[in-house]
Amino acid sequence: MTEVTVGIGGAAGDGLDKTGDTLARTAARLGLHVYAYNSYQSVIRGGHIWLRVRIGQDKVQCHGDHLNALIALNQDAIERHAPEVEPGGVILFNTDKLRVNTALQDHVATLPLPVAELTAPFGRIQPIMQNTVALGALLFLLELEFDVAASVLADTFAHKGKAVIDQNVGLLRAGYDYARDRFVPLGLRWEFSRKRRPFITGNEAFSIGAVAAGCKFYSAYPMTPASSILHWMAAHADRCGIVVKQCEDELAVVNMAIGAGFAGVRAMCGTSGGGFALMTEAIGQAGMIEAPVVIILVQRGGPSTGIPTKTEQADLNQALGASQGDYPRIIIAPTHTADCFHSAVEAFNLAEKYQLPVILISDLLLSEHPETVDPELLPHRVPVDRGDLVTEWDPANGTYKRFAFTPSGVSPRALPGTPNTLYVAATDEHDEEGILISDVFTNPAVRRKIAEKRMKKMALALKDLPAPELEGPLDAEVTLIGWGSSRGVIREAVAQLAARGVRANHLQIKYILPFHADEVRNILSGARRTICIEGNATGQFARHLRAETGIGVDHLILKYDGEPFEPRQITEQVLAILEGRPRTLDVTLPEAREIAYHYIRTHLSEDVRPGRIEKMPGDGIPEPVWCIQIVDRDTGDPRGELFVGVQTGSTYSWQPAGLQARSAHS
Amino acid sequence: MATVVELPIETYVGPVEPDWCPGCGDFGVLKAVKMAAGRAGVHPKDLVVVSGIGCSSNLPGFIHAYGVHSLHGRAVAVASGIKLANTDLKVVITGGDGDGYGIGIGHFIHAMRRNLDLTYVVMNNQIYGLTTGQASPTTMKDMRTKSTPRGNAELPINPIALALVSGATYVARGFSGDPDHMAGLIAGGILHRGFALIDVFSPCVTYNKLNTYPWFKQRVYKLDKEPGYNSSDVMRALEKSFEWGDRIPIGLFYQDEQPTYEDSEPALRQGPLVRQKLGLEEDVFRSLLEELM
Repeated sequence: MTEVTVGIGGAAGDGLDKTGDTLARTAARLGLHVYAYNSYQSVIRGGHIWLRVRIGQDKVQCHGDHLNALIALNQDAIERHAPEVEPGGVILFNTDKLRVNTALQDHVATLPLPVAELTAPFGRIQPIMQNTVALGALLFLLELEFDVAASVLADTFAHKGKAVIDQNVGLLRAGYDYARDRFVPLGLRWEFSRKRRPFITGNEAFSIGAVAAGCKFYSAYPMTPASSILHWMAAHADRCGIVVKQCEDELAVVNMAIGAGFAGVRAMCGTSGGGFALMTEAIGQAGMIEAPVVIILVQRGGPSTGIPTKTEQADLNQALGASQGDYPRIIIAPTHTADCFHSAVEAFNLAEKYQLPVILISDLLLSEHPETVDPELLPHRVPVDRGDLVTEWDPANGTYKRFAFTPSGVSPRALPGTPNTLYVAATDEHDEEGILISDVFTNPAVRRKIAEKRMKKMALALKDLPAPELEGPLDAEVTLIGWGSSRGVIREAVAQLAARGVRANHLQIKYILPFHADEVRNILSGARRTICIEGNATGQFARHLRAETGIGVDHLILKYDGEPFEPRQITEQVLAILEGRPRTLDVTLPEAREIAYHYIRTHLSEDVRPGRIEKMPGDGIPEPVWCIQIVDRDTGDPRGELFVGVQTGSTYSWQPAGLQARSAHS
Repeated sequence: MATVVELPIETYVGPVEPDWCPGCGDFGVLKAVKMAAGRAGVHPKDLVVVSGIGCSSNLPGFIHAYGVHSLHGRAVAVASGIKLANTDLKVVITGGDGDGYGIGIGHFIHAMRRNLDLTYVVMNNQIYGLTTGQASPTTMKDMRTKSTPRGNAELPINPIALALVSGATYVARGFSGDPDHMAGLIAGGILHRGFALIDVFSPCVTYNKLNTYPWFKQRVYKLDKEPGYNSSDVMRALEKSFEWGDRIPIGLFYQDEQPTYEDSEPALRQGPLVRQKLGLEEDVFRSLLEELM
C-alpha cells in the first residue's frame, strides 16, 4: 500500500497542530486516508510536541511505526526525531535557526528552508506562519495538490478575511515553489479518489452520535481528555437543540444528568478518571432508581492527577468497581473512531431500554486522535429504542408500580408529568411502588426480589449485544487479545507477524459488562497460546477475563509509559514471548536518552543535548549503568557524562567535563 | 401571570404516614409544603419533590407527587437536571441542614448564582438527627453534641446571608411552629421565577435540646410586621440576616425579579426538552460532518 508518515516536532505554541491539520485535511480531500496522533503536553507554551500524520492510499488504523518526512520546528525536534527518518525520507527545517546536528539514516534528504528570505515579500508575519512555508515544500515532496491545500487554508481562515487567506496561500506557494525548483518528490504513487471523508476524533464521533440519537442534555466539568466533548457540545448546542451545562464539579455533573434522564430526556455526561471517581456514588444511584444515563469515561494516565495529557487503559477496575453495592450497569469500550459514534447511539438505547447507567470507556488515544472515517459509517438515521414507556395509565387497572416485579426485570417507566403514575424514585431500598423498606419497615423478602429484579436486566441486555468474533485463522499459533481502542494497532501487529511467518489471530473485546463469557470461553478454549495486550501496568482486563470465564491468559503485553502502542512494539514482544526470551524491564537506549533530556531540562542548560550513549558496569553503583555523554548543542564538544541505572532508571550522577572521575573509556 | 386555581391540602396526601419522631418540626414543614403546593395550584403530576438524605429528606415519600429521594447532598443537582429537562414541572427540593449546608453546599451556592427556577425548603434543625445527634453546619457555637463533647468549636453557617450574597432571588425563613405562615413563604417561592430558598426552623425534639420550639417562640418575629421593612432592599436584608439573639426574624427577607437560567438557554425556547423531537434534521446532521472535511 502506498503510504507516508509525516512527523511534525516542536514546542507547544509553535502551532504545529494547525500545520498538521492542514496537511491532514488536504490529504483527506484528495480521497486519501489519514490517521494522526499528537503527543502533547499539558502546558500552553513550551514542552515537546510530536505530531504524526500517517497518510495512506487505503485505510490506516493506527499511527504506525514509520517516519518518512520530518518538519522540525525547533532544534529539539531535529535531535530527537531526525535519526528516525527512514531511507528515502526527508527532513525540512528553517535553516535560519536550525541545523541538522545528528547522524541520519542512509538516503535521507535534508531540505533546509531559508524562511526569512522566503517570507520577506510578505512583510511581518507571525512565527506560526513559518510552518506554512515548510508545509508548502512538503506538499510538493509528497505530491499532494497545491490547490487543494490552498482550499483548506481558505476554509480555515474564512472568518479572518481575504487578506489573511491570500497571505497564507502565498506562504504555502513560496515553500512549494522553493522545493519544486530544487528537489524531486518522494515518488509516492497516489490515486486520488477525491472521496470526501470527515477527519474526526473519537470525542467528536461520540458527540455527533449522541445528538443523532437524540441526546438533549450534556453536563461536564472540564477535564482532559474529555473536555473536547464539552467544547463540541457547547459549540453546537444551538444548532442541535441541546442544553449543555458546565457544572461546579463532577458530583453535580452526573447528578444533573441523572435528574434529566429521570425526567425523560436522553442525558449524557463525560469526564476522565479523576472526575469519574467523584461520580461513582451517583452512578450507583442511577442503577438503584433505574434512571437512564450515559457516562463517557475517557481514560488518561493515572493514578491521581497522573499524566493528564497521556493515554492509558487503567480505569477498567474503577468502572467495574464504581459505587457501593450490586447494581446493573453496562460498560462498553468502543474499538475505533466510527465505533464511538455507534456506541453512543447504542448507549442511549440500552440506557433507556434497561433503565440503567451505561458507561462508555474510551481513552485519550481514541478520543483525541483524528482520522478519516467513511461517511457511510456515520449515518444520519440511527436506531432509537426508548424502552417500555407508560404514557397513559387508567387507575381502574390499579396502582401504577414504577418498579413492578416483571419476569424480565424491566418495569415500564412513567415520566413525571404523566397523570396517575406518580411515584418516588428512592436511593433507599424500596418496594414495587417505590415505598421505602430501608429504615423503620425493612423486609428481607421484598429486598431479595427487588435486588433480583434489578440484576435480571443484565442477562437480558447481554442478548442485545453482539458477541465478539475471532479475526484470523482458527489454528493460529498465538491469540492476541485486546479491549477498546487497541483494535487497529493489534490488527497491524497481526499483519506484521504474518510477514515474519507467525500465524496469529485476534480477539478484540468491546462489551465489558455484561460479558459474553460463554462465547469468549468457546473462542479461547481453542487457542494454543493467549496474550493479552493492554495499556496499563497490571493487566486489568486479563483479570476481568479470568473472573468472567475462568480463563487466565498465558502472557501479558503491557504499556503504561503514556504513549500508545505502536504495531512493531507489539510484534517484537510477541516474538520474544514465542521465542521464550524473558521480558526485561531494563531501561532501553532510547529511554536512557529521554531520561537524559529530562535531566538536562531540570538541572542543566538548553545549550546541551545527549550524545553518545553506552552501557557499562556500574563502578561503585549496584547495577549496570547507561553512560550518556552530554555534548554542546552547537559544537558537539563533550560537556560531561550522566550515569543512569539500567535496571532502576535512577539518575546516579552527573560528572561535568574536566572533573570526570570516570568515563566510558576509563 | 395565569390565574392560580388553588387545590385543597388533601390533594397531596401521600401513600404512607411519616415515620418522624412525635413532635418533629418536619411535620409542620410537610403540612406547609402541601398547603403551599395547593395555594400555588400545582397539580401533583406536575410537582416533583426532590430530596437528599436525612430525616427531613424522607419527605417526598409522604406527599402525593413525583419525587426523587436522591443521595446525601445531591438533591439540588438532581433537581437542576429535572428542571432543565422539563421546565413545565414545578420542582421543590426538601432537605436538611446537613444535606444542604454541609455535604451539598457547593450545589446550593451554584444553583443560586444560576438562578434556576427551583424552590428549596431546608428543614434546619441545627443537628444531624438521622445519625443520632452530631453537630451540623448550623449547630450553634459551643453547643455540646455527640461529636462535640467539649462544645462546638465552629461558627454556624448563615444560610440567609449566604443566599443573599450568592444571587438567590427569593430568600425567606419560616418556622415549623407556624405552618400557615411558612406555607405562604413556600407558595411564594413556588410562584417566584428563579431560585427560592426557604430556610425553616424545624426543631429536632430528640437531639437538639437547645434550639427548641420554646426557644424559637420566644425569639422569632415576622419581617412583614416590621414597620418600614422592604424586601426589595438587599442590603437591608443582609443586615437582618445577621440578627440572631433575643430577636430572630422570619418571613420574606428578599425578592427580586431577574432572568432565570432557563431564560438564557436557546434550546428551551421551543419548549421543554422532554417534548422535543429526538435526533437532527438531515441538513443539520450533514453540516456537522461537513465541518470536519
